Amino acid sequence: MSQVILEISHLHKVFDTVTVIEDLSLTVHEGEVVVIIGPSGCGKSTLLRCINALETIQGGEIKLHGNTVSKNSKDLHEIRQKIGMVFQNYELFPHMTVLDNVMLAPVKAQGRKKSEVREEALALLKRVGLESKADSYPRQLSGGQKQRTAIVRALCMHPEILLFDEVTAALDPQMVREVLEVILDLANAGKTMLVVTHEMQFARAVADRIVFFDDGQIIEQAAPDEFFDHPKTDKAKQFLNTFTFERDRSTTNRA
Amino acid sequence: MPDMGFDVLLKGKNFLRLLGGLGVALKISLMSVLISIILGTVLGILWHHNNLFIKAVMRSYLEVIRIMPQLVLLFIVYFGTTRSFGWNLSGETASVIVFSLWGTAEMSDLVRGALISISAHQYESAFALGLGKAQVYLYVILPQAIRRLIPLSINLVTRMIKTTSLVLMIGVVEIIKVAQQIIEANRMSSKNAAFGVYLTVFVMYFLACWPISLLARKLEKRWR
Amino acid sequence: MDKEFIKQYIPLYSEAALLTVKIGFLGIAAAIIIGLVCETIVYFKIPVLRRIVSVYIEISRSTPLLIQLFFIYYGLPKIGIRTDAQMCGIAGLAFLGGSYMAEAFRSGVEAIDVIQEESAYSLGLSKLQTVRYVLLPQAISISAPALIANVIFLLKETSVFSAISLMDLMFTAKDLIGLYYNTTESLFLLVVFYLLILLPVSVIGSLIERRLRHAGYGV
Repeated sequence: MSQVILEISHLHKVFDTVTVIEDLSLTVHEGEVVVIIGPSGCGKSTLLRCINALETIQGGEIKLHGNTVSKNSKDLHEIRQKIGMVFQNYELFPHMTVLDNVMLAPVKAQGRKKSEVREEALALLKRVGLESKADSYPRQLSGGQKQRTAIVRALCMHPEILLFDEVTAALDPQMVREVLEVILDLANAGKTMLVVTHEMQFARAVADRIVFFDDGQIIEQAAPDEFFDHPKTDKAKQFLNTFTFERDRSTTNRA
Repeated sequence: MPDMGFDVLLKGKNFLRLLGGLGVALKISLMSVLISIILGTVLGILWHHNNLFIKAVMRSYLEVIRIMPQLVLLFIVYFGTTRSFGWNLSGETASVIVFSLWGTAEMSDLVRGALISISAHQYESAFALGLGKAQVYLYVILPQAIRRLIPLSINLVTRMIKTTSLVLMIGVVEIIKVAQQIIEANRMSSKNAAFGVYLTVFVMYFLACWPISLLARKLEKRWR
Repeated sequence: MDKEFIKQYIPLYSEAALLTVKIGFLGIAAAIIIGLVCETIVYFKIPVLRRIVSVYIEISRSTPLLIQLFFIYYGLPKIGIRTDAQMCGIAGLAFLGGSYMAEAFRSGVEAIDVIQEESAYSLGLSKLQTVRYVLLPQAISISAPALIANVIFLLKETSVFSAISLMDLMFTAKDLIGLYYNTTESLFLLVVFYLLILLPVSVIGSLIERRLRHAGYGV
């Protein structure tokens, strides 16, 4: 099997007294797309935030290419540069144009040449259909355009892994597709990704592996078709049931 | 210990006189605040209505009052009215007039701001429930507006107290003037009185204003 | 109104206005620096200094400029700290204004969502880079209205400088009223000169505000 990019072992995360993640281990290989699904508030987003050391962890270890990621790591900036993260509410910098948003980290944090970064940023923007928006400010964009910009911003850092934290949750339904298509495109290009989402159809389409997560633990993981068609655990069955609706016609009151 | 000039305050009734001076300052500010809150609330509510004429008048009133230093207003009312109308206003009366003019302007702006800050949806959903206009104001809008307003009006009180220090400049005998008199009277016996006495006045102003701003901040936090 | 009188005293008022502007400018510049330093200390939670800053802010905001000036000008020399009237005016304005500026900056910084900071970190920016490129520019434009209001407030506060015998506009007006009883003319000149100072600042202020509001705001 290909190289291991991300290795999480026995991760423990506690908020005050509440355990959010309990003894979680997960490995992501190069080129793999892992989709995490599960009920709201089960700790999926917290997991992504831990991987980026935005949260302190109470136990276990997170390794990126063999280097430990933690809030105390000396080379935290460099490690973070290898992890691209896209947030639910885009978090573009409102005082910068689209192009400046994309160029900021490669130029300032990675110290790359401005002209070279600019060329790449424009190419990436073109790839997601935003070449005409390079000089616009975030407030002039639609939600879908903002999120595509945020993805480009993460991509332009040449990350070894991309983290997507419910990136379509704040979008109008008609904009969801344009963002998901970008992510599918990246998957086809062989990017390593860890995706948290509530879009089940998309999860099935994009994932190499589905991780079902509940109460801070991995309950079940499997290939997408297997998971969606034949879930093994009761919790997973219950969860998948919440996405189907049926009306019991026999008791309809016709008065 | 070097002579810091605090001893003067213990002589005779000097400290009591200072307190009396503070009393004058507080009296002027409280009277002005009271007038400002009443007039400001009325004008603020009027201003909130969509009458273009009232809006224009209120806007100009606010801008004119705001652009001028209060001391200039004080001079205009104190010296100017004597000259132009032959009124012989006492310093205290002139101060209350000026501070009320200023306070009313500020207060009306606060009231208007509080009314505007309540989102249109609140009005709409209240109307949608079938409440009448008076009921909407009474049960929905005013209770929310007042919560926003109380901390801000308390702040206006401290601003007013600080501003009353200006009345010294038109000859009203308030705390700083009393301090000057004490220092002057003891110039021979206590050379360093200026340090001790002005520091005391400084602390007295602080003690008068600080608790009030603490209260305002506390309410603001609680009612946010 | 006595036109001759007005003509005669315009130079005197101009000189006084220049003094007001000069002290106002220096005092406000110092206040902005003090405000920035204070907010930096508070933001980075530097121990001890942080306490000092919060005590300073409370004292400065709860006392009038007039008594601050009296204390600096008449009180402090008694314990050996001597300043001339102009220095004292600048110091007083800086002492008063520093806390107002600090509060303005603070409200700007607090208005920025934490996740903006996190998203900068997640891009691999260092703490310093995050402050420099992401937080500070946003804080300044959010604080701008408060900063501008403070500038106008402080310029108006300079009117008490005559109390420490600085020959500013108020001093000049009061002097002329006392000497010649040309009250109307003196007051007229006083108002005109204050307007000459304050109106442009106020107009430029609202232009800047409008500009910042349109420059990429609203996420």
